Amino acid sequence: MSATALQRIGAMVFKEVRQMLRDRGTVGMMLVMPLMQLMIFGYAINNDPRGLPMAIERGDNSVFARSIDAALRNTTYFKVTELVESPGAGEAMLQRGEVQFVVTIPPDFGRDLVRGTRPQLLVTADATDPAATGNALGAIGDAVATALGHDLIGPLAARGQSQGPVDLVIHRSYNPEGITSHNVVPGLLAIVLSMTMVMLTALSVTREVEQGTMENLLATPLRPFEVMVGKIVPYLGIGVVQLSVILLAARFLFQVPFAGPLPLLLGATLLFMVTSLGLGFTLSTLAQSQLQAMQMSFFYILPSVLLSGFAFPFRGMPGWAQTLAEVLPTTHFIRLVRGIMLKGWGLVDALPEMGVLAGMLALLGFVAVRRYQDTVA
Amino acid sequence: MVGDLPLHPPSGGPPPRDKLGEELVIDVRGLTKRFGGRTVVDAVDLGVARGRICGFLGPNGSGKTTTLRMICGLLIPDAGEGTVLGQDLRTRRSAIKARVGYMTQKFGLFSDLTIAENLEFFARVHGLDRRGERVAEALEKLGLTSRSDQLAGKLSGGWKQRLALAACVLHDPEILLLDEPTAGVDPQARREFWEQIHDLAAGGMTVLVSTHYMDEAERCHEIAYIAYGRMLARGSIAEVVAGSGLKALLGEGHLPDGTGADRLAKAIEARPGVAMAAPFGTALHVCGPDMAALHEAVAPWAETISFREASPSLEDVFIHLMRGAEDNSVVVSQ
Repeated sequence: MSATALQRIGAMVFKEVRQMLRDRGTVGMMLVMPLMQLMIFGYAINNDPRGLPMAIERGDNSVFARSIDAALRNTTYFKVTELVESPGAGEAMLQRGEVQFVVTIPPDFGRDLVRGTRPQLLVTADATDPAATGNALGAIGDAVATALGHDLIGPLAARGQSQGPVDLVIHRSYNPEGITSHNVVPGLLAIVLSMTMVMLTALSVTREVEQGTMENLLATPLRPFEVMVGKIVPYLGIGVVQLSVILLAARFLFQVPFAGPLPLLLGATLLFMVTSLGLGFTLSTLAQSQLQAMQMSFFYILPSVLLSGFAFPFRGMPGWAQTLAEVLPTTHFIRLVRGIMLKGWGLVDALPEMGVLAGMLALLGFVAVRRYQDTVA
Repeated sequence: MVGDLPLHPPSGGPPPRDKLGEELVIDVRGLTKRFGGRTVVDAVDLGVARGRICGFLGPNGSGKTTTLRMICGLLIPDAGEGTVLGQDLRTRRSAIKARVGYMTQKFGLFSDLTIAENLEFFARVHGLDRRGERVAEALEKLGLTSRSDQLAGKLSGGWKQRLALAACVLHDPEILLLDEPTAGVDPQARREFWEQIHDLAAGGMTVLVSTHYMDEAERCHEIAYIAYGRMLARGSIAEVVAGSGLKALLGEGHLPDGTGADRLAKAIEARPGVAMAAPFGTALHVCGPDMAALHEAVAPWAETISFREASPSLEDVFIHLMRGAEDNSVVVSQ
């Protein structure tokens, strides 16, 4: 290569670096993105979640029941959040997603154990996410065996042999066969909608600004609110098509159960779509160019996929990551879809999460309308 | 030139009128806009009567676009007040937008829509009746009926500009604001464009058009010259030229070495009493505030070059005005 060619390439490189450095957003993104990925993949994601919330329904107060209780608390897998004595309360907590496991120690557990009639120990797990429950379920068996091994001594030692002293019944609720796709397909609805709704709106508004058509729009009697609604409606249509495709696939290709009411799911999805569109619109008022809008969207979508509970168990993440995930609309919508489809949530069950989404929508709408003005500067 | 400014009745009264009693459809006073502490438009007064074509001239970054944007409601002035079509500039921006057509400097139609689709969109936004007819009419007038299905982005510069004009007059605005509409357009298209502007004005439309071209300024009924955000001259071309107090000499002939009078530009401009000397071909245009001083300045060459009194050109006047204005601003890209 001749010296002049090198010089010309040098001129190109120099110009490129200058332009790159001038675009602070891109440089920031290039530095923050890997940091964010390091934090998420290095610290937040955990395929062997521990500290899972568990409720113990103790119908028996024998020494054996208490030692099982203590043994379960001793494993790092569980955080025994409630000790309930009223039958059925644990089931309700499971349904609402407050706990991941309910251990039911039936009345007369101690007596039956001593008699050698192998009393049942019922473990009900929220198996919507099979990955989150697998290891922990194994830990329950171990904990029970260890606890009873200490107590069944002397004449009772024989009870600990052969078949095992208790009949450990594991009930995988909502997804008895532990089929991963039952968990992934509903979650995918949230991810697909996040990607399209947020990115498409963000891009479509910045495109108008970049191409100079926005100035023309603003010079007409169109009000900001009207531009916003007009931009959002077509994307809602796309969202509805995506929703139909995924629901049909869930039904006919993946045989995902659909336990809750369809209208509720449609309502929740509509709410999520509008919230995502509002977010996209807000991003577009912050972005200077389509490239920036794209980068901002990625910045939202990456944690949405990784932290929302879609790809990895939500409860396996440390507290800071969970808090961060709570801010993302996707997290709440994933809970809603899984709740409605797998757990058969009704309106009352769905209201808290829908309330959060509605709150986010109100906030985003406010910011978007405030930031988007009918003037050019 | 302050004397050329229209009179301003207190707001709330009958429509504002100029000194000849014509209704002012644009009537703004003290219009000021600052961006980040820099005053881009500084106390601009402007009155334009109905059906007039007002040329808005000034160097790049002088505040022309910003002023147009304030008049059509795209920007809110930091100071100043006024009415457009009798509507308050600050509080009735939506009403103003409905009755004003604004053609942006940059092509602002949708490149990925066809010509007809673009027109139809603007017809819908303005809530026009007989949309189909109006669009067909506009296409006919443009001479684009046969190409109505072509994407707007594929048009050449001249056609883009004609389409943009058609789109912004579709709703029969009473005021047309054009921001450097003919930049980069060939002379033939420019001439046709101006014929169209005059047709529209004859139909009662008021036109405020910003331009850099002196020949275009001469096509206007009146002109307003703005530099560094301030209005420096206002009136008909004759009024502006007379008001500048500028005198001019035209030098023609050949120097002993056979070159033209134009070679003397630098030497003469350095003489006292000369504001500027500009070559025109082999001739030389010399301007200054005092005719006697001009004659004295060119005296050393008067034997070989014949200097005769001439009327200063609009360009002379503008450059003179601009040099005289204090530059308190950095030139800004528009």
